[in-house]
Amino acid sequence: MKSGQTNPQFPLKLASIRQKYWPLIKSLQTGLLLITGLAGYMSSRCPVSHIPTLLSLTGSLFLAISGSTVLNMWFDRDIDAIMERSKKRPLPTGLVQPGEALTLGLAISVLGVGWALILDPIYGTIVFAGLFFDMIVYTVWLKRRTAWSIVWGGISGGMPILAGRALGLGHIDWIGIALAASVLFWIPTHIMTFNIRYLDDYNRARVPTFASLYGVDTTRKIIAASSVLATIFMGLSSYGVGLTIGYTRILAVLSGGLLILALYSAIKPSEKLNFGLFKFASIYMLSSMLLISA
Amino acid sequence: MENSEMAKKITLLDRVLLLVTGVLAAYQVGFGIRSLGFIPEISYAVAFGVLLIAGLLIIILGFEILDSPMVVVVATIIPLSMSLGLVAQFYQSWLGPFAVFVALSFLVILITRFVGGKGIKVIAIIIGHGISGMIIFLVPLLLSFSGKTPGLFSFVGVGGALIGIGGSLLSFLKMGKPILSKNTILTILPGLLMIMMICFLVGFSALAN
Repeated sequence: MKSGQTNPQFPLKLASIRQKYWPLIKSLQTGLLLITGLAGYMSSRCPVSHIPTLLSLTGSLFLAISGSTVLNMWFDRDIDAIMERSKKRPLPTGLVQPGEALTLGLAISVLGVGWALILDPIYGTIVFAGLFFDMIVYTVWLKRRTAWSIVWGGISGGMPILAGRALGLGHIDWIGIALAASVLFWIPTHIMTFNIRYLDDYNRARVPTFASLYGVDTTRKIIAASSVLATIFMGLSSYGVGLTIGYTRILAVLSGGLLILALYSAIKPSEKLNFGLFKFASIYMLSSMLLISA
Repeated sequence: MENSEMAKKITLLDRVLLLVTGVLAAYQVGFGIRSLGFIPEISYAVAFGVLLIAGLLIIILGFEILDSPMVVVVATIIPLSMSLGLVAQFYQSWLGPFAVFVALSFLVILITRFVGGKGIKVIAIIIGHGISGMIIFLVPLLLSFSGKTPGLFSFVGVGGALIGIGGSLLSFLKMGKPILSKNTILTILPGLLMIMMICFLVGFSALAN
């Protein structure tokens, strides 16, 4: 090939790589966690004046979260092959070999955490803690043993927002912890509604969930209680961040919506409402992050 | 399910229209109703907040959510709280009695969802929606035409008329006495809500200027 000419196969090859590896990072989940990290940073540094730091935060967090997700996919490939909703993922179908996924997961995790540590030691340590809690404590150690593993999953889910805020401030403060707690208590609303929806799948794969251990009704009550706590911590954080009255009102309306939906789902449960709560919880978290970043 | 006709499937256009309505409602909650006084602001925030949440839920769950018996109650909160806001803002001497009317209307509509015959349900809806709807429709028009508020504030009245139409269509459909077919109502509902929201936005922004 002469210099200056582009290989016509190149875009096709790129598309094929994307098709093969992109599903491994669960882009929606990774995207939402990345947004919480950015929101944590912007909650302490708004308006953002140092673009290189913002870009480094985005890059390092994206790599660390993606790496952790790929490693989860690698470790849980046997479960994914049993579960109806996940059996078409690249690892169970054989599109990606386990060795490839492990190498990719380790490589981008190391890159992400390494970049984070170079950027700021406190930020890097929190990012590493998130990856450690998610991969080792939640996935490898507890996920197949106890339904309470979700607590550790929640803690790791709260790490990006805490890391982002710590990077902005240079230290950990109570607002960062409250923000992380709001994510921690939001996660059951998100994950447990998902567990209820795919309960047969989880039972078939022998993954313990609150729904299988304590029953669906109790799980719905836990979801409602968790939503209350999530909105309390989100409210506390917004007070700490100094949200203006206008943004606070929008947050209050969305929190009210989440609470009513969770309570109604506990009192008068239905599959449809359960799905609505799952989706609304995602919208709530995304909107809350946009509001505290503003 | 009170109405046996199958609900129309929600389309992409419906979702876009509802999303625009939701974003405009969020804007109104946050920034469109500032410096109007505590009770008017809370009342308007409740009305627009319910619109925001309702729009999001229809986007997520489709029109099937309108089969819920709570729709009549939710559809009542909007005109009741909006009319309470207008009375609190412009006719403060009437606030006490009107607040009692709003509270009683809401309670009666809520209770008659679970007890009582069809007749009492219809009467409760007609009184609650009728009076609050007339206030949202007439007060902004009267104030604008008498020069007490900017002319554009009359758009709130137009929005009030539209919400009255939408609320009545939904309520009577839920009562099993539909004015239009369910499909027709669901086809026009997202557009109606968006136009109504634009009218409210234009009307209230006139007060801010």
